Amino acid sequence: MSNALSGIEALRKSAPGRDALSAWTPRLVIAPGAIASLVYVFGFTLWTLYISMSNSTMLPTYRFIGLKPYFDLWSNHRWQIAYGNLFYFSAFYVVLTLAVGLALAIAIDQRVRGEAIWRTIFLYPLAISFVVTGTVWSWLYSPDAGIEYFVRGLGWHDFTFRLTTNRNTAIYAIIATGIWQASGFAMALFLAGLRSVDPDLVKAAQIDGASPARIYRKVILPSIAPIFVAVAVVLLQFAIKTFDLVVALTQGGPGIATTFPANYVYDLMFQRGEMAVGAAAAIMMLLALAVVLAPYALWTGWRSRQAAARG
Amino acid sequence: MVDATYDIALDPLARSASLRYAAGRIAIYSFLGFFALIYLLPLFVVVANSFRELPEITRNGLIALPHSFSLKAWPQAWAHYCVAGTCEGIKRNFYNSLIMTIPATIASTLLGAINGYVLSKWRFPGSETLFVCILLGVFMPGQVALLPWAYILGNLRLSDSVYGLILVHVIQGISFTTLFCRNYYVNIPDDLIKAARIDGAGFWRIFAKIILPLSPPILIVTVIWQFTGIWNEFLFGLVFTGGTQQPITAALVALATSQMNAHPYDVASSAVLIGAIPPLLIYLFGGKYFVRGLTQGAIK
Repeated sequence: MSNALSGIEALRKSAPGRDALSAWTPRLVIAPGAIASLVYVFGFTLWTLYISMSNSTMLPTYRFIGLKPYFDLWSNHRWQIAYGNLFYFSAFYVVLTLAVGLALAIAIDQRVRGEAIWRTIFLYPLAISFVVTGTVWSWLYSPDAGIEYFVRGLGWHDFTFRLTTNRNTAIYAIIATGIWQASGFAMALFLAGLRSVDPDLVKAAQIDGASPARIYRKVILPSIAPIFVAVAVVLLQFAIKTFDLVVALTQGGPGIATTFPANYVYDLMFQRGEMAVGAAAAIMMLLALAVVLAPYALWTGWRSRQAAARG
Repeated sequence: MVDATYDIALDPLARSASLRYAAGRIAIYSFLGFFALIYLLPLFVVVANSFRELPEITRNGLIALPHSFSLKAWPQAWAHYCVAGTCEGIKRNFYNSLIMTIPATIASTLLGAINGYVLSKWRFPGSETLFVCILLGVFMPGQVALLPWAYILGNLRLSDSVYGLILVHVIQGISFTTLFCRNYYVNIPDDLIKAARIDGAGFWRIFAKIILPLSPPILIVTVIWQFTGIWNEFLFGLVFTGGTQQPITAALVALATSQMNAHPYDVASSAVLIGAIPPLLIYLFGGKYFVRGLTQGAIK
């Protein structure tokens, strides 16, 4: 075998031109896609970073003025509302989506009938755009046709449910709709996790007389902890990028109450002609993503090294 | 079996256990049923209202069993409804979305397959680093890319055009498709490739004869993921196109926000459904692959 191999190697070496070409083929083939991708990731980021330190307004200009747009951004009232909203939204959205997703996954895991149907029902919102979701829920939240109108029609005449018309509660409409859209995703991943738990561990706990609730708390949930982290990271990413949902659901209102960073970036760049400040806001979004993702990447890298070391 | 039921009937302990079991079942099914109602409510509302007559909707509200039946809203939404001055319905935007989504899906999937093949089976010095760099594109927020794209599309004379959006989605999609394909191809045994090389097969031959025949599962996942993602995308469509060039998501927002007073819920419901049907069909028929793409995208 090794003789045959070295024979072929020798043959290969006798045709140097062909060999060099075939050695370079993979690199040549990957070049266009890779270069485009690298330009997209690094070129675009640096470009936007540079604009964020220029004096661009309606059109991009390339006069460097340092960090001034960032100071302008952070002293801006609307930006303060936007990132405040982002923190508030993220906390509720991530925690409640995880909770609902886990509850649904555990319920489905109790050998229920028609599992495929339940899964299909809970997961379909994820296939639909935020635009569609936001539009339909904005109708359901509207007092003159939606949920309030329906409940009043049932006979409860002073029932009020007006999340989107009140500047203090509109954010909860976005949170609730976000949970509606994403909890099926959490459910699917949790369910896959629950199914992958070592059945011997569960059996051993049952033999020891542990109650089902205790088995979940002490055996099953700890072993799917990494999935919690992964889902939370994905949800945080969704939260930071929240844009379409807000546009379709509240248009950032009432007033500016539900402005999110992504919406403000769009406004600054394309509605108000404050390109540099908009670019600075986009860079802040990128930083927020890095703050979420970098520790996660380090943690997963560390975990896989640990697993490799253990064999 | 007969013995067991006999035991339960006699033994009070066993009977209370079976009662507790029944109570547990009821609790689980009512919990799932309650959430299923909430999940299905918006779908029910749009489907029902696209077939109801507007006066009846205004009288009874959106959440009501249909008392009238009409097909008028559908042709209205498709071809006659006025959005921002043009009265052509959303058919043009629907076609725009198709013209944009199909080529962008195919091109980004092919590029991803080839990238994934090189990065898993033809590694070269620095190829792992390259993979990580391409991967970063998955996390890039679209907002960071807006100004560079606006400049590039303007110079290519592709601004305000669906073709510009194709370019944007192909480049943005490469990161996802490369990730999916590379992680799938890594699990194809290297020995297969080695054996083929010994037999004299080259780069393209191995791709065509070994990799592609093994690829359908991952290609289906990638195509489904890309199609739904591109179809549902809103930001780029909003920023880079206007009016008749807009994809359907941007047109739906224009429709939903343009007439706030007398809201034509019947026509709007049909329009929203038309925009949701392609990804919904893909989800219903390719659900298994859809979930697979989800888990791969999230965990890796």
